[in-house]
Amino acid sequence: MTNNDRLVYQHFGLGATPNSPAVDTDPVKALLDQLNHYQVMPEAWKNYQSQQPSVEQAMRDTRQVNQADSADEKMAMRRQLRIAARDSYADAVQTRAWVAQQSETPFVERLVHFWSNHFAISVQKPLVTQFAGSFEVQAIRPHVLGRFKDMLMAVEKHPAMLVYLDQQQSRGPDSMTMQRKMKRHPDKQAGLNENLAREILELHTLGVRSGYSQQDVTEFARALTGWTLPNPQQTGDSEARYPGFMFNARVHEPGSRTLLGKTYAQNGVQQAEAILADLAASPATASHLASKLARHFAGDQPPETLVNKLRDRYLQTGGDLTALYRVLVEAPECQANTAVKFKTPWEWLISSVRALDIHLEHIKVAQVMNQLGQSIWKPGSPAGYDDVADSWLASNALMRRVEYAQRLATLTKLTQPPAEIAQRVLSGVLSPDTLKQIQRAESAQTGFALLLVSPEFLRR
Amino acid sequence: MHRRSFLKWGGAGLATMLLPQLAFANAATDQRFVFIIQRGAADGLNTLVPYADPDYAKLRGALAIQDTQTNRLDSLFALHPALSNAFALYQQQQAMFVHAIASPYRERSHFDGQNVLESGGTRAYQLKDGWLNRLLGLLPKAQSEAIAFSPTIPLALRGTIQVDAYATAKLPQPPDDLLMRVSQLYAADAQLHTVWESALQTANMADMAGEGKNSQQPEALGKLVGDFLSQAQGPRIAMLETGGWDTHSAQQARLAKQLADLDTLIASLKQSLGSHWQQTLVIVATEFGRTAAANGTGGTDHGTGAAMLAFGGGLPAITARNKQWAAGKVIADWPGLSNSQLYQGRDLQPTMALDKVIAELVSAHYGLDNPLVSRTLFPATA
Repeated sequence: MTNNDRLVYQHFGLGATPNSPAVDTDPVKALLDQLNHYQVMPEAWKNYQSQQPSVEQAMRDTRQVNQADSADEKMAMRRQLRIAARDSYADAVQTRAWVAQQSETPFVERLVHFWSNHFAISVQKPLVTQFAGSFEVQAIRPHVLGRFKDMLMAVEKHPAMLVYLDQQQSRGPDSMTMQRKMKRHPDKQAGLNENLAREILELHTLGVRSGYSQQDVTEFARALTGWTLPNPQQTGDSEARYPGFMFNARVHEPGSRTLLGKTYAQNGVQQAEAILADLAASPATASHLASKLARHFAGDQPPETLVNKLRDRYLQTGGDLTALYRVLVEAPECQANTAVKFKTPWEWLISSVRALDIHLEHIKVAQVMNQLGQSIWKPGSPAGYDDVADSWLASNALMRRVEYAQRLATLTKLTQPPAEIAQRVLSGVLSPDTLKQIQRAESAQTGFALLLVSPEFLRR
Repeated sequence: MHRRSFLKWGGAGLATMLLPQLAFANAATDQRFVFIIQRGAADGLNTLVPYADPDYAKLRGALAIQDTQTNRLDSLFALHPALSNAFALYQQQQAMFVHAIASPYRERSHFDGQNVLESGGTRAYQLKDGWLNRLLGLLPKAQSEAIAFSPTIPLALRGTIQVDAYATAKLPQPPDDLLMRVSQLYAADAQLHTVWESALQTANMADMAGEGKNSQQPEALGKLVGDFLSQAQGPRIAMLETGGWDTHSAQQARLAKQLADLDTLIASLKQSLGSHWQQTLVIVATEFGRTAAANGTGGTDHGTGAAMLAFGGGLPAITARNKQWAAGKVIADWPGLSNSQLYQGRDLQPTMALDKVIAELVSAHYGLDNPLVSRTLFPATA
């Protein structure tokens, strides 16, 4: 019975709140019910988006800088842009945390975070900083309960991804533009950039060592040429379905492409779209995604049985993500009696502010995540953050959590004794030892801090 | 260019508090009051040591304070050797020590005990606001601006009257009590235990390298509080929280460090206040005391009777009003420490009521009617 609370709130959710009711129905039903109530655009994200400039506007801003009259003016404008981008980023992280804390469908929000990490971008680049929040809102959130293929398409056409993996610079060597340039500067090399093509194959779809060759990467890169951001010189904005995406036929490599033994004779944007659709339908992609999802919900070394179940379901349903979530919540492999995952810093912070009902106005979430070692939308590589305990359970990181738990404990407005809160938010997992330590702490603050760093709370 | 909005949430940092504007503040003559709470049950018997009570050394054994010469107060009590500044103030009649004192609370839960100490009730959660906030309503407006030096407002200062909180932006170092309990929690967890031990080792090294925790913290805090209280438009009442008093183990070293920090804080506050020290009263109190006997782990457990400390240049004027309270004397109706004299056979028997002493000190300090103060601050026991 109490394991139901653990499964619904800790394991599949983002942590219980002091007011979370006991789960008295079937946990599978309780979790699947959340799928019906998910909000693609909660009010906070709507507010955020309404304050963001369009990609076209951002590009015009950048262009204005280059046309500035003096070096001083240029520097001032550049600084302004940098500050605006940084504010926009901090705002987005704050909004993300707010939505996660308030969510009544935390299982689905967890999945948003999962896919956002699968399709990792990094705000190391200024333009990505500007678009990171929009990326999650526009490319991930609308598709989290849909088909993988649609999410894949939205992601690879999003300006944040195009910029992060250098696609917007890639030019077909035989494209109109390059041909004209070659006539003028014959010594200059052709401008193909394989970065996005390679990462789509290795990280987003098939998975590393799944049988594609360098020739496949290059062919895919050629097909992707022309996928870029809107040209600021052009008036008119981008296609509504893919905001900030433009296909520039003049830099597209003409001709048909052969990838993994199949020939794509399409013209223009449809060529890479067709390839993406085939990649999404590939058994290798199914296996790759199945093992990542299994690792997220069944432990760092997930059982093969679950991975196979997920892969088969993916292939049967044409990549219907909701069908996979159903497999996960119903799988005995995901319903252990004890925690199988060590929380990432993000999971820990969100479950902490949920548990202690902390108003986020007291916390600069982007900064805190830097301190805790998991800067949002800024993993070290396009592979995203690791999803295993070994990456997060380190001595300095643990001390940081203890220190920050003490700070969080000073921010709670809860008036109940910490032991009572512990019994509610750790329903089903709170050990007598932890309860005793919390009761005996010298102050309520220390008691709340102990709750947040207890072994039961650090894991899910 | 597009002007993007600033942070909706992040901008309102706690450290950016503006000082309240006062209508008739008079920095030279306004009374100041500082309440310092010792969270975790400070050990009164090793703070205000009853060296002449024959049972003290027996009960405390290795935990008994040996040096009772340096800070000898009278024929019964000596001050812990770490409290040298406090001892100097005592000699100048600017300190007052009360022993075997307790709030109305008679059980041993920290949270409930602190709730009673701060709310001024007789039972935990009986009153919703704090006695310090209720005091503000009795004071002239110019002297009733209050501030808590903590990220949020502690219960004693919570209530209908608006007060401010101020905390430095830096992350506070976790108190020893938290670190110790975390160690105990992780002891049985193979994965966490190893990682935590190495985390503690690193923290210790940083400590020894001088960038450790609490370096200069009490001194800086005392200066900060004094600066606030000295400003022409500044607050006149402050509350400070200290933690780390729950010395269940390794008490000798931990308590010495705690008391040295408190001693530094008081000295730094005095210095920073300058001439305003003459209008200042400081009260230091804890939720309850600790067991009379040492426990099996070099410490003491939750008890009952405790010690209360008061400081300030305003003390001689206050004690002059009260015939029983000769300045520069330990105030105690000493119950003794023999087994039959102990409360429930284990704790120092309380013989003085903390709320009565606070009411008396505060009413004398502000020249207020004592029954009015008692009724307002401690309605259940007045």
